[in-house]
Amino acid sequence: MNTQMLKKPDISFYKGQIITGKWHKKTYHVVRKLGSGAIGTVYLCVCNNVQVALKVSKQSHSITSEVNVLKVLKKVQGHRLGPSLIDVDDYVHRNGYVYSFYVMEYISGEPLSQFVNRHGEEWLYSLLVGFLKDLQALHNEGYIFGDLKMENLIVSRKPARLRWVDVGGTTLVGRSIKEYTEFYDRAYWQAGTRKADPGYDLFALAMVVLRIYYPQGFERGNNPKKTLMQKTSMAIKHTGIRQLINKMLNGEMIEADIVKNELIYYTMKQNRSRTQQVNTKQHTRHDSVVYPMMEVLSILSISGLCYLYVAIFM
Amino acid sequence: MRTGTLKQILLITDGCSNQGEDPASIARIIAEQGITVNVIGILEETQTEESQGLNEVEEIASNGQGVSQIVYKQALSQTVQAVTKQAMNETLQGVVNKELQQILGNTRSMDELPPEQRGEVMEVVDELGETCDLEVLVLVDTSASMTNKLPTVQEALIDLSISMNARIGRSRFSIYQFPGRRKPIHQLVDWTSKLESISSIFAKISTGGVTPTGPALKEAMHQFGKKSLKRRLFHNEYTDVEEA
Ligand SMILES: Nc1ncnc2c1ncn2[C@@H]1O[C@H](COP(=O)(O)OP(=O)(O)O)[C@@H](O)[C@H]1O
Repeated sequence: MNTQMLKKPDISFYKGQIITGKWHKKTYHVVRKLGSGAIGTVYLCVCNNVQVALKVSKQSHSITSEVNVLKVLKKVQGHRLGPSLIDVDDYVHRNGYVYSFYVMEYISGEPLSQFVNRHGEEWLYSLLVGFLKDLQALHNEGYIFGDLKMENLIVSRKPARLRWVDVGGTTLVGRSIKEYTEFYDRAYWQAGTRKADPGYDLFALAMVVLRIYYPQGFERGNNPKKTLMQKTSMAIKHTGIRQLINKMLNGEMIEADIVKNELIYYTMKQNRSRTQQVNTKQHTRHDSVVYPMMEVLSILSISGLCYLYVAIFM
Repeated sequence: MRTGTLKQILLITDGCSNQGEDPASIARIIAEQGITVNVIGILEETQTEESQGLNEVEEIASNGQGVSQIVYKQALSQTVQAVTKQAMNETLQGVVNKELQQILGNTRSMDELPPEQRGEVMEVVDELGETCDLEVLVLVDTSASMTNKLPTVQEALIDLSISMNARIGRSRFSIYQFPGRRKPIHQLVDWTSKLESISSIFAKISTGGVTPTGPALKEAMHQFGKKSLKRRLFHNEYTDVEEA
């Protein structure tokens, strides 16, 4: 079996190719490649005039695992957790090998980092509020997202909403994390285990926030925890949010809802303090004009006092 | 469903064997004993994946019913745990497929089921992967060219133990280097469940020029054998491992 696995070639579809499923006989027109990762490749396809995303892999068991997760997500009512599942089938290649694929809702939008760069930091936090609500719903179902990272987060529009596209890492609470990426992995930063609990996702989410400020990432260093603290304090100016991120990184935050509430509190407060900040800025500009004069006056008055002092008492 | 303890040998090397038996044929025999042989080949910065010298890696693993992967040392940590997990998964799928054959008649494996039914079978495989006990004997090539890679190897092994200990099932590891001073292999760490506490195990190794991969694998298999013999002799202390 294993030898066979090794010899099974990778699969790729070309633009315009028509894919017909072996079991359900639905046909998909390949429009373009959306991306590929550790497990397989995702293509934008059209089926009955609807855009869909099709993921194909030579590892049929990984496809099956992800389909299982998408089915669980479907059960969570009122939440749009990940893309919805449309079809599962096999593709029989001319080479005789069978490749499993699944078809899901196509989530159009732009990557989170790009969106934040264009629209400003305040959007990051308001998107996170909505996302934390979804995360809590997932946790309530007994699942952990696991492989939470920048590349898997897409901002869809009208209304702006943060969605995740790769469910490969989704793990039952209490089990070992199925898939992770070092930069976002709690254990890599020596900040906890690789066992699935809500805190694992919250750590990864804090790393997503840091990644916005450090697009290239950063090294772990000799003291990983200290590195995280330093990077956080250098990047995030707002005290409340900085403390919140630190708590997520320290494992003090174990519930998405609580993070969400704190975030709402701070962003509301931040808006208020921002108006104050604008005011203080105007003051300082004003001050800087006044300042040299004051300085001259005070120097004059001090020297004047000294003169008087000397003149009277000496 | 009972799976007993999954047994794996993980060979980490950066070159071809040049002494003793053909490692691929030894791997074949080891696989017959129910022990999987996985191989990770480490590339030099200057090498490409098609380079000669690491051809053997895939050959050994396929004969050992295991998984192989060739990587640069930066990617070693993630690779070590991914290879171990994938090999577990494949072994367990093999077990489940056998059961399926008994239920559904021959020539049926999971992949031949309609997609709707695969999901449930996969859940069984996942469940087994999470709960089964695992023993990994790590065999590290410490020939001269490996010297600068050993700190990374150690880091990767610690990381492996973190990943595996996050499972519900028990995991145990032992680490050997080869070649040993006078023997084919030399024990560095005896069976333990936690590698986090080990500190610079590769520090005092004098690395030589030969790479006797075949003899090393043979000896590694004997170590697994000795362990179960010891277990039988001191049955009481070890029952939990064997019967779990
Ligand atoms: N449903 C989807 N809608 C839009 N884009 C998607 C969708 N699914 C995946 N993608 C794109 O394809 C890329 C690779 O898919 P992913 O599932 O992450 O692969 P892998 O699990 O192999 O890493 C993603 O980063 C994303 O950009």
